Amino acid sequence: MPTKSFREAINEGLRQEMERDDSVIIMGEDIAGGMGSPGEDDAWGGPMGVTKGLMPQFGRERVLDTPISESAFIGCAAGAAVTGLRPVAELMFVDFMGVCFDQIFNQAAKFRYMFGGKATTPLVIRTMYGAGFRAASQHSQCLYPLFTHIPGLKVAIPSNPYEAKGLLIQAIRDDDPVVFFEHKVMYDDEADVPDEIYTIPFGEANVSREGDDATVIAFGRMVNLANEAADRLKESGITVTVVDPRTTSPLDKETILETASETGRVVVVDEAHPRCNLATDISALICENCFDDLKAPIKQICGHHAPVPFSPALEDLYIPKVESIEAAVRELVGKGH
Amino acid sequence: MQLSRDELRTAFKRMCLIRQFEDAVHDEFSAGNIPGFVHLYAGEEASAVGICSHLDDRDAIASTHRGHGHCIAKGCDPKGMMLEIFGKKDGLCGGKGGSMHIADLSKGMMGANGIVGGGPPLICGAALTAKYRDTGGVAVAFVGDGASNQGTTFESYNLAKVWDLPVVFVVEDNRYAESTASDWSVGGSQVGRANGFGMPGVEVDGHDFFAVWDAARQAVERARDGSGPSLLHVKLYRYYGHFEGDASTYKAPGEVEQVKQRLDALDMFKQRVVETSLLDSEELKSIEQEAEKFIADCVAAASTADAPARDDLMTDVYVDYKF
Ligand SMILES: Cc1ncc(C[n+]2csc(CCOP(=O)(O)OP(=O)(O)O)c2C)c(N)n1
Repeated sequence: MPTKSFREAINEGLRQEMERDDSVIIMGEDIAGGMGSPGEDDAWGGPMGVTKGLMPQFGRERVLDTPISESAFIGCAAGAAVTGLRPVAELMFVDFMGVCFDQIFNQAAKFRYMFGGKATTPLVIRTMYGAGFRAASQHSQCLYPLFTHIPGLKVAIPSNPYEAKGLLIQAIRDDDPVVFFEHKVMYDDEADVPDEIYTIPFGEANVSREGDDATVIAFGRMVNLANEAADRLKESGITVTVVDPRTTSPLDKETILETASETGRVVVVDEAHPRCNLATDISALICENCFDDLKAPIKQICGHHAPVPFSPALEDLYIPKVESIEAAVRELVGKGH
Repeated sequence: MQLSRDELRTAFKRMCLIRQFEDAVHDEFSAGNIPGFVHLYAGEEASAVGICSHLDDRDAIASTHRGHGHCIAKGCDPKGMMLEIFGKKDGLCGGKGGSMHIADLSKGMMGANGIVGGGPPLICGAALTAKYRDTGGVAVAFVGDGASNQGTTFESYNLAKVWDLPVVFVVEDNRYAESTASDWSVGGSQVGRANGFGMPGVEVDGHDFFAVWDAARQAVERARDGSGPSLLHVKLYRYYGHFEGDASTYKAPGEVEQVKQRLDALDMFKQRVVETSLLDSEELKSIEQEAEKFIADCVAAASTADAPARDDLMTDVYVDYKF
C-alpha cells in the first residue's frame, strides 16, 4: 500500500470526491491563494499547502478563495449546503470559530431539527487544532469539546493519514454538518493510505492496541502518544488496549464501555483544557455505566487550565506526554487486584 | 504645522529601530533561534511612526499580528519585545504571548493580535474609557487590508460613529493579505466605506512619513477635540513574506526590489530632511548606527536570557486563583 502524509491523504480525499461529485466545492482563505496577485496562482494551497493543486484541476469556480470574513463565508457554506451543494469550508485555525460560531452552532447545526426534519445540511468545516507549533494562545487550542456539545453537529478527529482520508470522504458524503479536526503538527506524519476511495463510518472506534491490564482512550494526536505508551509498557509486561473513538459525535459508546469493563482500569487522554472536555465526558460515561467493573479510579491526562503559552519551555509542559500516560497506567496497574 | 528637529530625530530613530528590529528578527528566525509565527513590518515603518508621533500617554493603540512596528512606535521597550519573541521569562509578556501577542498597557499598547479584526472593537472600548473619563485620550486601531473585510471592523466603524468615539481607524494596505491581493478582496474603497458609515476618510501614501504624519495630525486632532472617528487608508508595502517562511511566490518577480529602490520609507525620509536642510546626513548616519547597535544588544540579551520556569505555566490565568 502506498505511503502518504496526512497532508496528501486529505488532498487526495478532497480531489477524489470533487471528481466524483460536482456538487462538492471548497472554500477558504488562500485555499488556492494568489487571488488577484501578480505572481503565482495557487500560490499557497492553504497555509499548510493541504489544498495545493486542486484549483488548477477544478478551477476557481469550485475552489473559492475568500476574503477574511469567516462569519460570511462559513455561513455562506452552510447556506449553500442547505440549498443543494456539498461545500467543504476551511476555518484555518479552530481558534477563529470566535468570529463565526453563530453560523455554525445556531444556524447550520439546528436547521434539520428546527425545520422539522425538512432540511439536510451536508457541510464540512475543516479546521486546524492543537498545541506544539509555538503558535501561542490564539492559534493552539483544541476546542472540539465545544463543538461536541452541540446537538446537530458531527465531529471527526482523525489520528493518522489513513483515518484522515476515510473520515473526510465520509464527512463529505454525510448529510449533516461535520466539523473535521486536523492537528497542525501532524501534516507530515505518514502511513499506508490506499489510492482507492474508501470511507470510515462515523461512530466506530478503532482499537489500535489490545491488552488486558488497562484501557487508554485517546483523541486525535493523543492516540499516537497512547500507542507509544502502550508499546513501551509492553516491554515491561503490561498490556494495554488503546481506543481511538475517531468521532466524538456520534460516539462509539459500546466499544468504550466494553473495553473499559474488560480491563477495569481506564486512562483518558485529551489534549484539550481539563474542564468540561472529552476526558470528563468519557469518564462520566464510564462511571455511570460500568462503575462496578472499575478496579481503580479513572485517570485523566489533559492539557492545563491555562491558555496555551508561547514559550517553548512552557508549551512543552502544557502538552500531555507519553511519559504521563505511561505513569498513569503503571499507577492504575498497581491498584485493584 | 512643522516638525521640530527633535521630533524629526525621534521619528527617524523609531523608524530605524523598527527596520533593524525586523531585519534582526528575520535573521534570527532563519537561523532557527525564534519559534512560531512571526510577521514582519519592514517597509511599513512610516505608517506606525507617522501616526504614533501624534500620540502620548493618554492614548491607546490596538495592533495586529504584524505588530512589532506599532509597539516600537508607541514606546514599547525593544529589548523586552525581543526577549518576548525569543520566549524568555523577562520578555514583555513573560514569554507567554510571543510575537503575535506583545502588549504593554502601561504604554497604551493594547496588544498585537492573533485574530484578524480583533483590534477594532477593543479600541472602541479604549475610546469609550477616554471619553467617559474625559482624559482627552484618542484610540487608534491598526487593521490590515485583509482585516478591513472582517465584520468586527465594520461593526466598530458603526459603533464609533454612533457613539461619537475618539477613534482613528488606520487601514494599512500593504497590497496583500497572505497571498491574496487587496485589489481583489476589498469591495468598494476604504474611503468609501468610511463615508458609508458617516466618517471622513483619506487615502495616504504610506511610504512617505510626512504624508502620513500630516493626515494623522488631522485625524487625531479631530478625535481629540470631540469631533468623532475617522479613517486613514494608508497604502504601503511589506518587504518580507506574510510570515517568516513564506516564499512570496504570489508577488511579481522583482517587485520587492522595485519598491525598495523607489519607495523605501527610510530613504525617502532621509532625502527629504537632507534636501530641506532639516537634518544632515552625518546625524542621520549616527542615528542609524546607534539603532543597529542597540538592536544587536537586544538580540544578544534575548539569546542568553532565561526561559520561563515550570511554576510560570499556571500563573496569571486569573488575578488570584489556584486551580
Ligand atoms: C480571524 C482570523 N482569520 C484568519 C487569520 C489568519 N491570518 C492571519 S494574518 C492574515 C492576513 C491578514 O491580512 P491583512 O489584514 O491585510 O494584514 P497583513 O498581514 O497584510 O499585515 C490571515 C488570513 C487570523 N489570524 N484570524
